Amino acid sequence: MVETTVEKETEESLSCFHCGQPVRDSHVMLDNRYFCCRGCQTVYQILNDNNLCDYYQYEKHPGSTQNQSAGDFTFLDEPSIRKKILIFESADYAKAEFFVPAIHCISCLWLLENIQKICGGVIKSEVNFSAKRVTITYHPQQVALSAIANAMQVIGYPPQINLDTQPNKVTFNKSLIAKIAIAGFAFGNIMLLSFPEYLGMENNGGELNRLFSYLILALSVPVTFYSGNDYFINAWKSFKQKQLNIDVPIAIGLAALFLRSSYDIITHTGPGYMDSLSGLVFFLLIGRWFQDKTFESLAFDRDYQSYFPLSVQKRIAEGYKAILVLDLAPQDVIQIRNMEVIPTDAELLSDEACIDYSFVTGEARPSKVKKGETVFAGGRLLGTPVLLEVIKKTSQSHLTSLWNNEAFQKPKESKYKKIIDYAAQRFTWAVLLLTIVTGIFWYQHDREQMWLVITSVLMVACPCALALAAPFTYGNMMRKLGRFGLYLKNADVIERLAKADTIIFDKTGTITFGNAHIAWKGFAEEDELLNIQAITASSTHPLSMLIAKSLQSDSSITIEKIVEKPGKGIEAYVNGVVYQIGSADFVGTIKPTLQQASYVFVGINNEVRGYFEITTFIRSGLQQLISKLRNFTLGLLSGDNESDLKRMQTFFGKAAEMRFNQSPHDKLAYIQTLQNHHKTVVMLGDGLNDSGALKQSDIGIAVTDDTGVFTPACDGILQGDKLQYLDKIILLAKKSTRILKVAFAISFFYNIIALSFAVSGLLTPLVAAILMPISSVSVVGFATLAVNITSNKILKETS
Amino acid sequence: MTILILLISVSLVIAILFLLSFLWSMKHGQFNDTYGPAARMLFDDKKKKHE
Repeated sequence: MVETTVEKETEESLSCFHCGQPVRDSHVMLDNRYFCCRGCQTVYQILNDNNLCDYYQYEKHPGSTQNQSAGDFTFLDEPSIRKKILIFESADYAKAEFFVPAIHCISCLWLLENIQKICGGVIKSEVNFSAKRVTITYHPQQVALSAIANAMQVIGYPPQINLDTQPNKVTFNKSLIAKIAIAGFAFGNIMLLSFPEYLGMENNGGELNRLFSYLILALSVPVTFYSGNDYFINAWKSFKQKQLNIDVPIAIGLAALFLRSSYDIITHTGPGYMDSLSGLVFFLLIGRWFQDKTFESLAFDRDYQSYFPLSVQKRIAEGYKAILVLDLAPQDVIQIRNMEVIPTDAELLSDEACIDYSFVTGEARPSKVKKGETVFAGGRLLGTPVLLEVIKKTSQSHLTSLWNNEAFQKPKESKYKKIIDYAAQRFTWAVLLLTIVTGIFWYQHDREQMWLVITSVLMVACPCALALAAPFTYGNMMRKLGRFGLYLKNADVIERLAKADTIIFDKTGTITFGNAHIAWKGFAEEDELLNIQAITASSTHPLSMLIAKSLQSDSSITIEKIVEKPGKGIEAYVNGVVYQIGSADFVGTIKPTLQQASYVFVGINNEVRGYFEITTFIRSGLQQLISKLRNFTLGLLSGDNESDLKRMQTFFGKAAEMRFNQSPHDKLAYIQTLQNHHKTVVMLGDGLNDSGALKQSDIGIAVTDDTGVFTPACDGILQGDKLQYLDKIILLAKKSTRILKVAFAISFFYNIIALSFAVSGLLTPLVAAILMPISSVSVVGFATLAVNITSNKILKETS
Repeated sequence: MTILILLISVSLVIAILFLLSFLWSMKHGQFNDTYGPAARMLFDDKKKKHE
């Protein structure tokens, strides 16, 4: 009998000293410390030998599990490839920048900045924690770049090097911060210089007041023409496109404020409204910054380039040479090794290859390719190295042609009209109408006052509070959702999400997910289990592969005869004993009536021995989620074959549209069809095969279990274990839109008060200086508070 | 009153210097990583003990 369940031990002794994973095999230990695997132990040993065990001081279990296959970085020594990584290079000094997704805590920072103790020749290493980038300065004559990358990999921080790798990516908008700094600086100083005015100290000395006024005018020039220039530019753009957006009334208001105040100051007729102007620009820019500030370390605009490798081994006269993938030309012969991605469409020169297209097509089952057949870009090779002859350049391959679709040509944001734009349109027309009416009225009654009143109306009509409502409502909600596990590309996504009425799921990786738990329920001798492993290992069926992976292997076993019956199972002979592995019918027994698991039965010599139970093959909580999403049109798009149709139907019900064998292009087209029927579509997917659909859909959300790995271009990244709360997320989006509308009402209320002052000609600089900040502050305060209360209430139910 | 004019011009000049130093530091990447430096400060400098 073989016992497959691990004995439960206390929490403390169970977790690996390096990475904190549960320890299954208590033999892996060193210095009285347990490790989950040899990999973790090796890292510890290296750190210990180099006096770097402080690593474990700053954070408990700081390491990451050492289960990734080791990459080979020798290609980095090719000068043409190295150039892509290096920022600076001279004979005895070079600087390289790597993206290291594994960085997550203080210990990581400490270890990577002490890498020179492990890797001689490194002068200095500096980590940018927010961007997860490491800048390494080194002596090119003492150490090769590949050796540094290898050292990083050995200690558990492999650098990620892809086709789109490039140094010096700016992670935040510096000019916006500069604009805010200048506006804030001017705002404070102008208020200070306005103090005599606020306190009514005019009569104390006309000279001083005049000096103050001119200083104020000087300070407001950079505010208007530098800090506020985007509003004028955007207003002009929208004017040319004959569309009114929120920037138009803002630009009119700013222009009115600046011109009127300058006029007042120069002609000595008044102190001007420059304090209101600079305050307005300052608040507006803060709103913009708040809305733009998103999750720095996540990339939402990735295309195939960040999935494809940077270099590939090309065959030349004397062996192999690493060359850039972009330099590949047809007829080149390349070598691809186990777990490497095929960079372009090519013809197989070796006898046979097993290629996993799951990320590219959604097909879970790896396909066997024979000599002379075509392999497509994006597939991952499983098994022994193969030789390929390139047919097309990478940019023209079958997969990458998806990115030529028009869905990828223009940013999604430009297709949508936002609530704020509707509001701004009506608001602008209303203000213009009011200005004209007021102008006519004052023309008839007091011609001298007319221009003053007209400019006053235009000034206070500047919808500052209105423009702040959306950034703060959606921005706050975006941060709340970020803490919950949904990272949005920008705040506008929430508004689109609130309108969603159709939800389309991808199957592989989204509904089902990789790490299945396999339990053997039954009895078998140890050697029989080894035989089962050998049999299942020779099949490419996804379930067989999972079973093979979970069992111990023995390469000395020879299988005498093996027959694979599609949809049923495998029959094989080892040492004259017949093994039947497959469905209940195939083995000759009855399926247990449990749900949400897959079963593979085993019969040996026509005697049923038991079954493998494969659970968590489908994400937990999904059944409940589907039942809560009754009000939405649901659908499933899968690149896989129809074998899972029945199981999916029990989840989605008969009404849901389910399409199998969908190519990436088909998925995009299907989303387009739905949109032509005026549906607002949420697409949830995970792989490159969903890229087109994610891009075409109104809201594309990538589902992932590790935010450090590749996710296709999308509007949001959702942690896999949070998928079950999708209904709550959509509910929150709807509530946000409601909060926004209330915030609009508040801002209109203030505008009406201010306008009534302006229309009657009573708007003094002091009234403006009080009303404008109050309206902004109350809108911002309301939005922040309401979002916090609502989200806390709804998210509390999930924990 | 002339002293006021002097004081105000001095205060404005100082304030502008601070603004410029902020803009300069931002341009040179002082704010590129807002987490790292705070954590780095806490590391013990053990070099002397081992050598």
